[in-house]
Amino acid sequence: MSMLEVKDLTATAGEKEILRGISLTVNPGEVHAIMGPNGSGKSTLAQVLAGHPAYTVTGGQVLFEGEDLLDLEPEERAQKGVFLAFQYPVEIPGVTNAYFLRAAYNEIRKARGEEELDPMDFLDVLEDKLKVVEWGPEIMQRFVNHGFSGGEKKRNEILQMAVLQPRLAILDETDSGLDIDALRIVANGVNRLRRPDNATIVVTHYQRLLNYIVPDFVHVLANGRIVKSGGKELALELEARGYEWVSDKAVDEAAVGAAAGGR
Amino acid sequence: MTAVASVVESGIQPSWLAEVRRRGGERFADLGFPTSKDEDWRFTPVTPISSRTFHAAPAASVTQDELAPFTFGQAWPRIVFVNGRHAPELSSAELPAGVTAGNLMAALAQDSKLECHVARHIPLDATPFVAQNTAHLGDGAYVHVAAGADVPVPVHLVFATTGEVEGAAAYPRNLILVDREARVSIIESYISLASAAYFNNVVNEVVVGENAWVEHTRLQREAESAYHIGFTHVEQARDSHYRNFSFAMGGAIARHDLTCRLNAPNTEALMYGLYLGREQQLVDNHTTIHHDHPDCRSWEVYKGVLADRSHGVFNGKIFVKPEAQKTDAKQTNRALLLSEHARIDTKPQLEIFADDVKCTHGATVGFLNDQMRFYLRSRGIPNEAADKHLTYAFCAEVIAEVQQDAVRGELDRLVRERVGV
Repeated sequence: MSMLEVKDLTATAGEKEILRGISLTVNPGEVHAIMGPNGSGKSTLAQVLAGHPAYTVTGGQVLFEGEDLLDLEPEERAQKGVFLAFQYPVEIPGVTNAYFLRAAYNEIRKARGEEELDPMDFLDVLEDKLKVVEWGPEIMQRFVNHGFSGGEKKRNEILQMAVLQPRLAILDETDSGLDIDALRIVANGVNRLRRPDNATIVVTHYQRLLNYIVPDFVHVLANGRIVKSGGKELALELEARGYEWVSDKAVDEAAVGAAAGGR
Repeated sequence: MTAVASVVESGIQPSWLAEVRRRGGERFADLGFPTSKDEDWRFTPVTPISSRTFHAAPAASVTQDELAPFTFGQAWPRIVFVNGRHAPELSSAELPAGVTAGNLMAALAQDSKLECHVARHIPLDATPFVAQNTAHLGDGAYVHVAAGADVPVPVHLVFATTGEVEGAAAYPRNLILVDREARVSIIESYISLASAAYFNNVVNEVVVGENAWVEHTRLQREAESAYHIGFTHVEQARDSHYRNFSFAMGGAIARHDLTCRLNAPNTEALMYGLYLGREQQLVDNHTTIHHDHPDCRSWEVYKGVLADRSHGVFNGKIFVKPEAQKTDAKQTNRALLLSEHARIDTKPQLEIFADDVKCTHGATVGFLNDQMRFYLRSRGIPNEAADKHLTYAFCAEVIAEVQQDAVRGELDRLVRERVGV
């Protein structure tokens, strides 16, 4: 069974149609990159999969390990192993990283029928996970993302991912705005967390990240549809030829499709 | 240093005191209870107080064990009052070096110099309740910190009310004098040992000497059936630093006025507040800062969480006189509404007559943030729990400003208990 099956998914934000029929299959152990120009709908896809209430799914289906994902609340999706690394991680002044991470960790354990950990035991869990993002324990006493630099926020997303150990991680433009050191730390973190039984969807505008996180498949999104899929070499081709190449192609194909439909 | 003996022991009261009370009584008779026509009481109907006749709170005894849950697990020096009366048997006999503290009535009998402080700082008609308190001027806390003393532990003023006080009123009157270059932390607790509809009308006069440092933490955790009206008036001398933290979670009607007068250049006042309302509670905070001199700073952050049909009121006045150049004043007040039936009336009131100043204010009222809620839910935290975490977080930002670890821990516990995390 594939891990994630997206079939002809359509979604709107308010009146505006953003996803216009996405189909995508992700198997355990795979890394899929979703690339596309700004406004193509790639962040929307990531957020729809995580259950963001700002979007309305208007059609299609999403199965996660055989279960209808769209039927689940955002927290239930997380408890089942879906993780979204936010493009813009939210600042939560007043809640320390330690408190937040333990609350999330315990909710997920609780949902799986496992025992919750007290703060001391949780510290042991954290110690290893902090290494994934090359951080010391002092970060845990800071308020969640509050006053963090852009790079620190993204590292914090990867730390959360390390602690929560999702089956499917969706990284939404985790690379944008990162300097090369932060990018290396974030990418190394993601690579260290890869296992044969989990999968990663990397949403990105730039090819650069894919030098560090090497995808098995690359999909190009334009205007709410996947217009081209291929192996990792597709990312390089995109880099060389620019998004206009696929966008024009999408328009051509849409025109052909319309012509075909009208026949 | 010395604990001031109770008035019963000393027996005599100075003659001028009767005159002060008489003036208070006259003023209160003139003013009467405030009504919604008074601008400062527009959103705070006090009819539940004004429409009933309260009798004097009866004497009652309380054990150390009963007080123990309210003492932060610390052996800090304490001055204790039960139903408005000084309780020497519960109060500390030993006080840190440089500190004189005890019952104000006894102190007045022993030290004639105090005449120049009692009812001399706060205007008699600051509010009608101040006049009423003055008319009943009696037991209350007296704390004096000698010049240069650096008091190593907080002094805890405890006002406990027992179950025998249904329909009773107490009028605690506190005088806190901190001499030049002294440093002290004072905690003022209002606690109920049982639930009853009683009335506490409190007045604090605080005098902060030159280059002195005072941290004043006020925890109002009365029964939710009680009425609590308090006024804290602070006079600050040159180079002094006064920091007030006001926490309110009790009272059917709870009102606190805090006024700081910055009487010389380079003085600093910090005001932090946190209030929690639920059911039908009415929680009102009025603050006033008088910037009368140049180069002074004030910093104010008040936050409130209002659930159910509770009602919050905030009024923050900042007056900057023409000569108060280089004033740096910032006021922030934020209210979080947890229910569509909760209500807040908030009014920043800045009157600035100097031209070279930095004065800002921000008032926000709102419900919980959807982005934050989704972020927590996306990490597996259920909706309802996410809301509780966010409500706690809203409060935690101000709780963090309490300097004493044990007090901060207790506040944190109280807020968590109320919020349910």
